[in-house]
Amino acid sequence: MTYYNNSFKALLKRRRFVQGIIAGGVLAAAPKYLSSAIAAELGTLTGNAPELSGQVIELEIAESAVNFTGVTRMATTINNSIPAPTLRLREGDEVTIKVTNRLSVPSSIHWHGIILPFQMDGVPGISFKGIMPGETFTYQFKLQQSGTYWYHSHSGFQEMTGMYGALIIEPRETETIVADREFVVQLSDWTDEVPMDVFRKLKVQGDYYNYNQPTIQNFTNDIKQKGLDKALSSRKMWNQMRMSPTDLADLSAATMTYLLNGSNPASNWRGLFKPGERVRLRFINGSSNTFFDVRIPKLQMSVVQADGQNVKPVWIDEFRFGPGETYDVLIEPKADAYTLFAQSINRSGYARGTLAINQDISAPVPELDPVEWLTMTDMMGSMTHGAGAAMVMGGKDMVAGKMDHSGMKHGGMSMDHKQHNMGKNPLAQASSKVRHAKTEYGPSVDMRVDMPRTNLDDPGIGLRNNGRKVLTLADLQSIDGIVNQKPPSAEIELHLTGNMERYSWSIDGLEFGKSTPVHMKHNQRVRVILQNDTMMTHPMHLHGMWSDLENEQGQAQVRRHTIPVQPAQRISFLTTPHDVGRWAWHCHLLFHMDAGMFREVIVS
Amino acid sequence: MNKIRKKILTKPLLVSILLILGTQTSWSNQENQHSNHQASDQKKPVASEPTEHQGIKNGDTKNQEMNHEGMKHKDMKDESVDINKMNHEGMNHDEMSGNNSVMPNMREIQKDEMGEMQPQGGDAPANARDPHAYSNGYTLTEGPYAMPKENRLKLADEHSFAALLGNRLEYDNSSNSITYDFQAWYGTTFDRLVVKAEGDIIQGNIEESQTDVLWGHAVSTFWDAQIGVRLDSYDEGKNRQWVALGLQGLAPYWFELDMTAYVGESGNTALTVEAEYELLLTQKLIFQPRTEISLYGKDDLQNNLGSGFSSSSIGFRLRYEFSRQFAPYLGVEWVNQYGATADLVKLKGNDTRETNILAGLRFWF
Repeated sequence: MTYYNNSFKALLKRRRFVQGIIAGGVLAAAPKYLSSAIAAELGTLTGNAPELSGQVIELEIAESAVNFTGVTRMATTINNSIPAPTLRLREGDEVTIKVTNRLSVPSSIHWHGIILPFQMDGVPGISFKGIMPGETFTYQFKLQQSGTYWYHSHSGFQEMTGMYGALIIEPRETETIVADREFVVQLSDWTDEVPMDVFRKLKVQGDYYNYNQPTIQNFTNDIKQKGLDKALSSRKMWNQMRMSPTDLADLSAATMTYLLNGSNPASNWRGLFKPGERVRLRFINGSSNTFFDVRIPKLQMSVVQADGQNVKPVWIDEFRFGPGETYDVLIEPKADAYTLFAQSINRSGYARGTLAINQDISAPVPELDPVEWLTMTDMMGSMTHGAGAAMVMGGKDMVAGKMDHSGMKHGGMSMDHKQHNMGKNPLAQASSKVRHAKTEYGPSVDMRVDMPRTNLDDPGIGLRNNGRKVLTLADLQSIDGIVNQKPPSAEIELHLTGNMERYSWSIDGLEFGKSTPVHMKHNQRVRVILQNDTMMTHPMHLHGMWSDLENEQGQAQVRRHTIPVQPAQRISFLTTPHDVGRWAWHCHLLFHMDAGMFREVIVS
Repeated sequence: MNKIRKKILTKPLLVSILLILGTQTSWSNQENQHSNHQASDQKKPVASEPTEHQGIKNGDTKNQEMNHEGMKHKDMKDESVDINKMNHEGMNHDEMSGNNSVMPNMREIQKDEMGEMQPQGGDAPANARDPHAYSNGYTLTEGPYAMPKENRLKLADEHSFAALLGNRLEYDNSSNSITYDFQAWYGTTFDRLVVKAEGDIIQGNIEESQTDVLWGHAVSTFWDAQIGVRLDSYDEGKNRQWVALGLQGLAPYWFELDMTAYVGESGNTALTVEAEYELLLTQKLIFQPRTEISLYGKDDLQNNLGSGFSSSSIGFRLRYEFSRQFAPYLGVEWVNQYGATADLVKLKGNDTRETNILAGLRFWF
C-alpha cells in the first residue's frame, strides 16, 4: 500500500548531497550562526521552532534532510522545521489553515485535542481521504478553547519522522496563568531506521530493543542478596506466564534519540530567562512511542494546565507523560542554570535542555534512574490497596469489588452492592465488575486482569517511592467548572489488550481491522471504562470530544484529551459527544495504534 | 482451533503435543468459579441499542446464572499440566518489595483469592462480553459518515510481513559438514506461510535435506498450528514426501518448542520435537541449550531409519549478539542413534554416537 511507502526511499539518492557535512555532535558544539548555517544546508531547521500566528496559516509538508545522530537522514517536515512551526492562535477565531503536501505519498495533519467538525480532524480513512501528493487541503474551524495543544501527521509513521508542532491558543479574555516568560518544551523521539523496519523487527522479535532483560547476573546477585528461594520465586510467575518484568517500552535508546525542541542531548537546547522571572513551560509529548519522566533538579514545578485545560495548581518535582499529553507548569527559577531532564520510561536514554540566565552556564545532567522491574501490581492489578477506598473484610484490607471473587467469598460485600445503596441510578458510579470480551480469549491476548486497580494515585513503575513528589492523575482537578457532573445514561467498557510475543495490540482482543465502531448518541452523556489488560501504560486519545476522568468516588475530576491508563488499571471517564461524525480513538503510542489498538467512534 | 484439537486427539503419536495444548487450556481449568455475585449485577444500558449484535443480552441476569452453572459442570480437562498452575508463592516475594506501601496484605490474601484467577488462555465463558455490542450494527464502512471502502483506514494489522530466520548455519569439524536450519514466513499476525528448511552440506553437496512448507495459524496466545507437506531428499537413499501437522510456540518458562507429526508413504509415520531455551549471561551473550528427537512408525531401510525412537541430539551454543540479527556462536552437540536406526547405522559401519564441535552464525532479516 502506498500508505506505507516511506519518504526514506529518497534517502540513498540524497545522501550524496550531504557527504562531508559535519556530524551532529560536532554541529552541536559549533557556534550558533554556524550551526544554523549547517542546518540550512541540511535543509531542516531544528531547535526553536518558528512561530506563526493570525487567522490564515499556510503549511507545507515536504521531505528534508536532518542529522540528529551523526548520520544524515530524510525527515518528513512541516515548513522544513523540526519541530514544525509553533502556531499561536486566538480563542474564538475562525482559522483557515492551508496545508500543501509536497511528499510523494498522501499525508495529513491532525489538530490534537481541538474541538472541531469531524471533516477537519485530519485522520485519513476516517475524517477525510487524506491530502494527496501535490494537493492543498484547507482546514477551517472555529477555536472554541484555549491552552497548549499540538498538531501532527496522522498518516503512516510520518509523525515519527518529524511531523509534529505546538499549537497554542491564547484565551480570548484575559490569561489567568500569569508568567513573565514562556517556553514551549516539546519532547520527541527520532530513529535513523525506517519506522516500518522497526515495526517489522518487533513483529519478529517483540523484545528486540529491550537491553534490560533479566540475566544470569541479576539472578546470581539476587541469590546472594535474598537467597535462592526468593530469587527463584520472584521469577517464577513471570517465566511461567512468558512475560518479561522489564517490558517497559517497545523501543529504547537502542534505536531512538530523544529530542527536546528538536535538539539532541548533546545540542542542549537552551532557554534564557532573567533573574526573578516567573516562567511558564508548555510541555508537549510529541514523541511517537516514548513515555518521558520529566523533572528540573533543584526546582519545583507548579502544574497549572493538563491537556490545555486549567487545573488547580499542584506543586510537584516530577511528572510522567506519554505521547499526546501536555502539561503546563510554572517555575520560579533563581539566578542560576537548570537542567530540563526527561528520561525515557525504560531508562534507556533521555532528552535534556538547559534553562539559564545566560549562554555560559549549565547545570549537571542527572544520572538515569535504575530500571525497576514491573511488580505484581502492574501485572495483576489490585489484590489489596485503594487510596481511601479500602475497606476491612474479615481482617483483610481490600478494595471492595475489585475482585470478582470477593463477592463470593465474603458474602456479597462487593462494590456492585455499593451501587444499589448509592441510589436509583445504576450508573452513578462506574461498574466494577470486570467483563472480559469473548475475543480476549484468543491468540491476540497474552493476559487478562481479573482484579484491576482503580486508584489514580499511583505515579507508575519506576516512580514509586523515589523520594520526589511525582504527579499522579489523582492530583489533577479541573477548575472553571468545565467538568460536567451530569450522570451518564450509558456505559461502555473496553479492555486494552495485546500480545507482546506476536507484537499485536488491540482493544478487546480485536485489532482495528476486525473491529466495529463504537456508537455514541449525539449529546448523550456516556461513561467509558477502560481497563488495561496489558503490562504497559497506554495513553488513550479520544478525538473530537473531551474525556472527563472520574475518580474512584465517581466524580468527574479532570478534563483530558489523552488519558494514560496504567498496567492492570481500570479507569473511567465521562464524555459528551457534541459533534457528530466519525472519530478516531486510539493508543497514542504510534506503534500500538498502528498495530490495531484503535477504534472508530460514530456520533450520530 | 477445536477442530485441530480433535484431529490431534485421534493421533496417539501426538501425546506430547496434547500435553502442550494442555498447557494452554489449563488456565481455564483452574476452577472457574467467578462471581456468584454476578447475579446481583444489574442490567446496564449500553451506549446504543444493538441491532445486529446480541451483546446486550450478555448483561442479562438470567443468562449469567445459567452460564455459570454451565461453567461449573464443565469437566476439567485432564491434559492440564502442573507447571501451569499459578504459583502463588511467586507472588509474595521480592518483586513487591519496591511497592510495599501499595500492597500491604497480599501475602494473606493471595491464598484465598488468587486461586481462581485465569489470566491467560482458556476458553471464553458463555457470558463473556460481545466486543461488537456497542456498534449499533454499524461497521467501518457502513452507517452514518462512513468512508467508502476503498478509502477506509487500514493499519498494520491488515498488513503482511515477512522474515527469514537463520537459526543455525554451522560448521561441524568432525564430519566436515555444514548444517543449515532456516525458517521463513510471510503473512499476517495470525496466518502465515511458513517454510522450514534443514539440511547437511558436505563438500558442496546437499547430503540430506528436509523442507517443510506449511500454513501456520495462531491457535492460542503462544501457539501456532501448522499444516502442510515435508519433502525429504537424500543424496544416497530415497526421497520421501510427508503430510505434516505441527505445533510451534512458546511453552511456560520460555521453552521454544516445535513439534511436528508426519504421515508418509506406505503408512509410515514420524514425529520430530525440537526444544530450545535461552539463558542470558549478559544482554548480548546468550547460552542456548537445544535438543531434537525423532521417532518413526516404520522402518525405512533405504534411508537407514528404523522404527521407534530413532535419534536425538543435545547441544549447547554460546552466541554473541553483535546485533539481534547477527550473532556468531560456538557450540557442542551430542548426536545419538537408537534402536533399529542404530542397528542400521552400525551395519553401515558408522558410529551411533557423535560429539560435534560447532562454529556457526545465527541471523535473521
